[in-house]
Amino acid sequence: MTQSQQTKSVNDERVKQRSRFHQALIRPELGGIFGTILVFFFFFLTARDSGMFSPTGVMNWSVVSAQFIIIAVGACLLMIAGEFDLSVGSMIGFAGMSIALLSISMGLPIWLAIILTFILCMAVGALNGWLVIKTGLPSFIVTLAFLFILRGLTIFSAIATTKKTIIGGVRDAAEGDWLAPLFGGKVLAGLFTWMGENGWIETFSRGIKKGQPVIEGIPMLIIWAIVLIIFGHLLLTKTKFGNWIFASGGDARAASYVGVPVKRVKILMFMFTAFCACIFATAQVMEFGSAGADRGLLKEFEAIISVVIGGALLTGGYGSVIGAALGALIFGVVQQGLFFAGVESSLFRVFLGVILLLAVILNTYIRRMITGER
Amino acid sequence: MKTIKLLAVAALFIAIAAPLAMVPASALADGERYVLVSHAPDSDSWWNTIKNGIELAGEQLGVTVEYRNPPTGDLADMARIIEQATASRPNGIITTLADYDVLSGPIKDAVAQGVNVIIMNSGTPEQTREVGALMFVGQPEYDAGYAAGLRAKGDGIKSFVCVNHVISNTVVAERCRGFADGLGVELGNSMLDSGQDPAEIKNRVLAYLSANPKTEAILTLGPTSADPTIAALKENGMAGDIYFGTFDLGTEIVNGIKSGIIQWGIDQQPFLQAYLPVVVLANYDRFGVLPGNNINSGPGFVTKEGLELVEKYAGKYR
Repeated sequence: MTQSQQTKSVNDERVKQRSRFHQALIRPELGGIFGTILVFFFFFLTARDSGMFSPTGVMNWSVVSAQFIIIAVGACLLMIAGEFDLSVGSMIGFAGMSIALLSISMGLPIWLAIILTFILCMAVGALNGWLVIKTGLPSFIVTLAFLFILRGLTIFSAIATTKKTIIGGVRDAAEGDWLAPLFGGKVLAGLFTWMGENGWIETFSRGIKKGQPVIEGIPMLIIWAIVLIIFGHLLLTKTKFGNWIFASGGDARAASYVGVPVKRVKILMFMFTAFCACIFATAQVMEFGSAGADRGLLKEFEAIISVVIGGALLTGGYGSVIGAALGALIFGVVQQGLFFAGVESSLFRVFLGVILLLAVILNTYIRRMITGER
Repeated sequence: MKTIKLLAVAALFIAIAAPLAMVPASALADGERYVLVSHAPDSDSWWNTIKNGIELAGEQLGVTVEYRNPPTGDLADMARIIEQATASRPNGIITTLADYDVLSGPIKDAVAQGVNVIIMNSGTPEQTREVGALMFVGQPEYDAGYAAGLRAKGDGIKSFVCVNHVISNTVVAERCRGFADGLGVELGNSMLDSGQDPAEIKNRVLAYLSANPKTEAILTLGPTSADPTIAALKENGMAGDIYFGTFDLGTEIVNGIKSGIIQWGIDQQPFLQAYLPVVVLANYDRFGVLPGNNINSGPGFVTKEGLELVEKYAGKYR
């Protein structure tokens, strides 16, 4: 199933010859590429004058897309390995609350709170995976249970320790911390100041920020998204472990017969999904300075939708990280773009449903073209 | 064959999406454009009044007002929506300040980019000043409680119990404190932590009233605590005898006012929270005039006399 097998034996008479163009064209992310072009074309026509393509507008949908990408990369690898994680959204709320409680209520330094939270989240991810493997139950059910458990624990722990469901003050506590800027900071600030001075981008027109560029820098959220895409793509397509992921999701039994450590692969993928959710939560808490018990609601579905738009198969064994990232980009651009286009906000979900449906239909055709199945 | 199918799908996409996107493009042509960003999830029906309010204001003034909200009520998503609204360069933004930590950054950036901002519904006058917004339109909880206390004092009340079903919410507890100050009595033990469960609320109210039979008045803080309290009073026979006031309106509360069990209900009048900011912003943009202070949309006292209009417009403008 992997691409390396297709390309290696070109001179084998059993393999059907394909033109290089055809070869380049048929890939899992084709639907995503096609969809991205279509979406940008569409919004360029309808929302060109609305500020959507101004620097602040671009930054707005880029950040939203980057958020989706971070959780979509984790969900994508897990889905290719043949499992689901419905606890991503609750994990985001849980991780954010954990950082706020550890640092604000218990007085730990921010860097320690972040590290402990990452350990805690990945432990929960491992527990998710272990339960799925040990019980043989569908991951759909096990992680659905954790959707409720984690959300409930988040609300309970917040109320029990502080009597509030929103805990603020993290931004002040993170002042001068060495680890916090890695999640909530901004890079290339100098470049944007320089661009602002040259009048290439707008500057604030009043208030204490007067004269500063409207974009301070590239948020770390976007850097994390890019790093995760590159890491996920290389892991999946260039390493032995990547082949194991495909094999575990394609046919777990066959894979374990040929020596693939299916259990280890799946548990590691559950941990990676939790890791991604934790990055999302940490970046959010560091940027906004507070954690809320209701953060991350329904984010698990947004991650899964991004992955499916990106061409991955719900049953596992097929998909690509680039595709998932493009799916997340489409999702983010459509979500914010509809606001720019001034569409009535109650119609947002209608659009989401239509796009999801179209993407799945399109991807099914493309997959049949690739695999030759009828 | 397959390419044709792909093209058909693409055509379908554009066919569905294009007409919907065309509507606002034509509406943008005349008048100012304002965006109202709320913190409420799609399922919150209370905000329907807000939507109707801005629609009416938009019609009457010839301006476009768009309503936006985070679909799940996630405040971090709301911050992104405010950033997005700023990038679309509207004449003004009307928004709530549900969480100062999360929302103050995007709101300050909007103000600094030359977009006028009015805070509605949630927030305090101090926070409004700090983010650089023009004004706050809402019901200051302490003042509303104080006004209610003065009213009760005028009716000869000297002691009360405040049935608080959201003891963890410090802002709502301000209503009880204001009421006590308005009456001119110490709050002391008059605040009853009732919990959220209807049966529990009812029993605690009954227990409190039998332990403190000289209590002259009851104040409830919303339908959650008012409805079981009505049931409790009907059970112990004090209904109609004891002085009973409540915050917010609901079907049971309106019926209670009608039958004389409840003397008054305090409406924070969401219609005004939506309608007035649009009027203020439009007149500020057109003529440069601005009211000198924050606007209190409440407390609006609903008594037996004013019930007709409340019932007629319940869910639409009330």
